[in-house]
Amino acid sequence: MFTAATVLSALELGFIYALVAMALFLSFRVLNIADMTTDGAFTLGCAVSATAAVAGHPFLGLPLAMLAGAAAGFITAFLQTRLAVPSILAGIITNTGLYTINLAVMGFSSNVPMLKTETVFTAAQALLGEGAPYKLLVAVLVTVVVCVLLILFLGTRLGLSIRATGNNPDMVRASSINTTFTITVGLCIANAMTALSGAVLAQYQKSADINLGTGMVVIGLASLIIGETLFGRGGLWTKAVAAVAGSVIYRFIIALALRANVPAESLKLISAVIVALAIAAPALRDRAAFRRRRAHAEKEGARHA
Amino acid sequence: MLDLKNLSKTFNPGTVNEKVALQGVSLHLEEGDFATIVGSNGAGKSTLFNAIAGGFIPDTGTITLDGKDITFQPDYRRSKVIGRMFQDPLKGTAPHMTIEENLALAFLRASRQTSPFSRITKADRALFAEKLSALGLGLEERMKQPVGLLSGGQRQALTLLMATLVTPKLLLLDEHTAALDPATADKVLELTKQIVAEHHITCLMITHNMHDALTLGNRTLMMDGGRIVLDIGGAERAHMTVPELLERFAANAGHALDNDRILLSKGK
Repeated sequence: MFTAATVLSALELGFIYALVAMALFLSFRVLNIADMTTDGAFTLGCAVSATAAVAGHPFLGLPLAMLAGAAAGFITAFLQTRLAVPSILAGIITNTGLYTINLAVMGFSSNVPMLKTETVFTAAQALLGEGAPYKLLVAVLVTVVVCVLLILFLGTRLGLSIRATGNNPDMVRASSINTTFTITVGLCIANAMTALSGAVLAQYQKSADINLGTGMVVIGLASLIIGETLFGRGGLWTKAVAAVAGSVIYRFIIALALRANVPAESLKLISAVIVALAIAAPALRDRAAFRRRRAHAEKEGARHA
Repeated sequence: MLDLKNLSKTFNPGTVNEKVALQGVSLHLEEGDFATIVGSNGAGKSTLFNAIAGGFIPDTGTITLDGKDITFQPDYRRSKVIGRMFQDPLKGTAPHMTIEENLALAFLRASRQTSPFSRITKADRALFAEKLSALGLGLEERMKQPVGLLSGGQRQALTLLMATLVTPKLLLLDEHTAALDPATADKVLELTKQIVAEHHITCLMITHNMHDALTLGNRTLMMDGGRIVLDIGGAERAHMTVPELLERFAANAGHALDNDRILLSKGK
């Protein structure tokens, strides 16, 4: 069904985009905030990393992209916590502003080609040799390190405070936790991870484009939900593995769709449908159960009548 | 310990929804005082608690706790020294987090010096287990389970432990047993008395049970229309019966107490 090359590239992309799924795990699941900054933060990561790589600093590009993503997250958090902008709107506002920022980072050009540029991937290739699956190794390394750090962080006192903020705000205020602070830290970390994903992707595909992040929040959610549905029950570690697995599976679904000659332009629509269906699944299940129950009751009623 | 001077608060001033919630409330609590508060719905009992805990800033007046003016201090700062419990058992704990993690959050109030990146230690766990076993609910065996699996009574007992894990200067109990079944309510109330006495905690407790209002603690306050209309303690309180209390309330407030739940609990 798949050639070795498609499997390899689905795995590579799956691990790279898994960072977005983990970022949404933090903002959407842990903090209970639908963070619309995601699209812009992803492109911001691409832009910063590509620009840094073109300037000869591919490695420096990754932490710089994370810093830039964290700054974007900070702005969303500031709008939301200090200026009382509703959380979804706060993300959309930041996202809109980021479009200009992203163009500016790329020197007011809508893309940055990096065909001959040295990247973290070419560096890995030089180190490991032509035959090694160096791209996959880099992607796995970055994602695993970040996921492990995130899960360890969520077990610290600050991490517990962030989790409680999303879980029960009433209780949090009574436990001397400053929700402004916890939401800010959470959104900064989430967007730093999203930006890192974009940063790795730009160097992976040797180009940055202003539209790379479009729809990223939906793709990330689709991955997250696929993972949760298939493997998500359990502790934080299980959930992290599930998010990564969901991201890889999502890439296989996309590869499958492409193989079935679904035009590439329609992939965003497919993603949107997957997310809508996945999020609606519990409601659909309940409704089906209700219908069955009612039909059963009507049948019983008819029998006794 | 606690000094309230002339606290007033009007919600939605100048609109049709204008509601005078507190009108010049003044109250002084000595260290170790345990006062019960009764009053009809809308008398301002919970609003008073919200003012003390920092849910809003009063329009006038000052709040002093242990010699420190906290009138304008944000709520999360005050909760370092004020423990709080609500009627709804779901409000006091984080359901998706384990018992141990919830306790660790409550324990944050003590840890001024510990790093935000420190984790729950063995010593913390031992302390939590010891405190949990004192509740007598077997929760010390379930520290790794999410709190969402506990019953309302267990959650409320856990919340009580969380509110007092680091001894607060003031404990605010807002009908914290009202949503529990009678047997569980008794158990939680018993634990409350025990913990408050053991740590000599200054405490304010809202209740609808007139019997509890007279027998628990050392003072009874009655509120009406955003004011404290009755404040009794000492020998006067020790000899007072529920009908006498209601009589005094009617005399001071200018009308009888009109709360079904209170009147229903009268006979107890």
